[in-house]
Amino acid sequence: MPSLQRIKKPTTHRGKRALLRKEPQIIEDTKKAFFVKGKKTGPLLADFLKDLYALKRPDAAMLSRKNDVLPFEDTSFLEHHGRKREANLFAFASHTKKRPNNLILGRLHDYQLLDMVELGVEKYTAMKEFVIEKIGVGIKPCLVFNGDVWSQMHEYQRVRNLLVDFFHREYLETVALQGLEHVISFTAADGMIYMRSYKIFLKKSGQKTPRIEIEEIGPSADMKLRRTKLGSDDLFKTACKQPKMLQIKKKKNVTTDGLGTKHGRIHIQRQEIDKIQTRKMKGLKKTAAERKEERTVLKKRRADLAASGITSKRLRTEA
Amino acid sequence: MDIVNEVLQKAARDAEKFKPITVEKHLEVDLDPGNLLAFDTNEVEVAKLRSNSEEYLKNLTRDNVQILLNKVWELPTRRVEECVVVELPKPSYIIPRSLPVPKPREPTKWEKFAKEKGIVKTKKSKLQWDEVLKKWIPRFGYKKAAAEKEKDWVIELKGNDDPMEDQFEKKKKIKRENVAKNELQRMRNIAAARKIKVPQAGMVSADRLSSKDLHKAATIAKSSTASGGKFQASLPKEKPARDVRNLMPIAPPPKKRKAIITPADEKKTTINIIDKILNKTPRLDIEAAVNRELFNQDSERAEEKRSQKPKAGRGGKKKGGTTGGKKGRGAGKPQVARGGKAKGGKDAKGGKGGKQAGRGKGKRR
Repeated sequence: MPSLQRIKKPTTHRGKRALLRKEPQIIEDTKKAFFVKGKKTGPLLADFLKDLYALKRPDAAMLSRKNDVLPFEDTSFLEHHGRKREANLFAFASHTKKRPNNLILGRLHDYQLLDMVELGVEKYTAMKEFVIEKIGVGIKPCLVFNGDVWSQMHEYQRVRNLLVDFFHREYLETVALQGLEHVISFTAADGMIYMRSYKIFLKKSGQKTPRIEIEEIGPSADMKLRRTKLGSDDLFKTACKQPKMLQIKKKKNVTTDGLGTKHGRIHIQRQEIDKIQTRKMKGLKKTAAERKEERTVLKKRRADLAASGITSKRLRTEA
Repeated sequence: MDIVNEVLQKAARDAEKFKPITVEKHLEVDLDPGNLLAFDTNEVEVAKLRSNSEEYLKNLTRDNVQILLNKVWELPTRRVEECVVVELPKPSYIIPRSLPVPKPREPTKWEKFAKEKGIVKTKKSKLQWDEVLKKWIPRFGYKKAAAEKEKDWVIELKGNDDPMEDQFEKKKKIKRENVAKNELQRMRNIAAARKIKVPQAGMVSADRLSSKDLHKAATIAKSSTASGGKFQASLPKEKPARDVRNLMPIAPPPKKRKAIITPADEKKTTINIIDKILNKTPRLDIEAAVNRELFNQDSERAEEKRSQKPKAGRGGKKKGGTTGGKKGRGAGKPQVARGGKAKGGKDAKGGKGGKQAGRGKGKRR
């Protein structure tokens, strides 16, 4: 029989809060990333890692030591560090003879590996090579994916999801129009993935919407997709499950037409208009004589029908 | 007409001055303004990409950003501190969560029970009027202990309380035990919520073991062999403890199911019982009767011998000791000892022993 695991009660309110914060939340914080160097990292990848770190700051941590691990053989290192740093995205750079300039991008779900892809960097230009004013820290970028491969191949679909996860930064309810100044584009064609990063300039167009001009700020990388380790569709589906609270309920009977007018459809029960009590007026009242006459007529009819075998109940319904 | 021409010309001049904001695409670009995403599913022109990749990629991206931001500029805006912000819709492109969706807390054993029984928690005031102290004291927490101390400077003994016992210490002990019990129950609830198996027999306190607990522990200990206790010797009529039966590696044979009792059956069994009692006839066991007769004769003979012996031998200092009195069986009884009449034990040398005992008692008296 296993012994009962000791569950320590937090002694301070601060400790309690810290523990509560670590528990799953309905609305989650921004995902954090950590950057790891492998046993050997060439200058190219070192620059790339640094640039990625600069793009992800402040939700990122750069591990300074070299680590002799092979993520495709053993993921425990990454899972351990993910848990330790509460980070769910990672980038791992290594350089070997077999796989030169190898960049591994991946993500964890519940501190277990979800997806991991290996990218061979063939050409790279670091951010420092571009002599242009850079963007601010922590800006939410626009992400552009070019190419039909992204939506056609399952592997690429997942890689696209991973890249969006890695670079989209955070969900925002509002964004300043002047803050839209960065775009990262990923183009998949010719068996390669081209990553480019540009600064956006909003120019006058004579209209409300500006004319967009872009200028490259780096990093720019030409990469080839190598090995992948993608989580099963089941796992991916469970990981994507949204809390019920956040799911949008479909509103019934409310529509908006082309002009933006809201229409509601109301269902009401049938109204018996002929029985409605309207304003009482003396003039419409039946006199005593009239009522008496009515009664006698009814009585007579009833007597006649009783003679012919029809009950009074039916008579009433017919009347 | 001049005015119209003028306006048109001006518009044309303006259009020349500014570059267009419209983009022509073969297939429509998928947009998710909530995440600022644009998915261009048009085929990439590989020839252009190969010949002049940088220029091509830049133009491609620019066009797609233009499409995306055209959409963003259509969204409702609002002014926040000198800055125009646009309200983004809910993102439609779903990204995995970092942790699973939180589950509601599992109800505790009490909560389950209360729900089943329809017990609703009633709100109690924090302060309570104390008749002894004549003031309001808190039910729990700050200043409760101080009030309690003030109140309980003396504790009355209840009916069967041991007067030598420290009642303050007893009260403290009860409190400590309650706290410990509560903690144990909390742990149990957590364990149940996390679906951890809790040892059933291992949780008894060491100072007070009931026979039930011991039975449980013995059952478990016995089944803790490699063969699951299959070859362990057992006492006659020994049964495994009920509560742990299902925890044992080799389950005992299933219990026979009792037939459902109908009123007719019940009547029959009751009548049988009554008949048995009322029609009781003495059982005649000849062998037993013979044996008893023989035993009686033997014991009578022995008694006679015993009563004769003292006269022939050392003689009794006490008259009472020699004469009749009760038969050997009553030797140990206090009333006999008091009278100094006791003689005899059950064994052959009973006479002697009885005498000694008698003498001893007599002396003390």
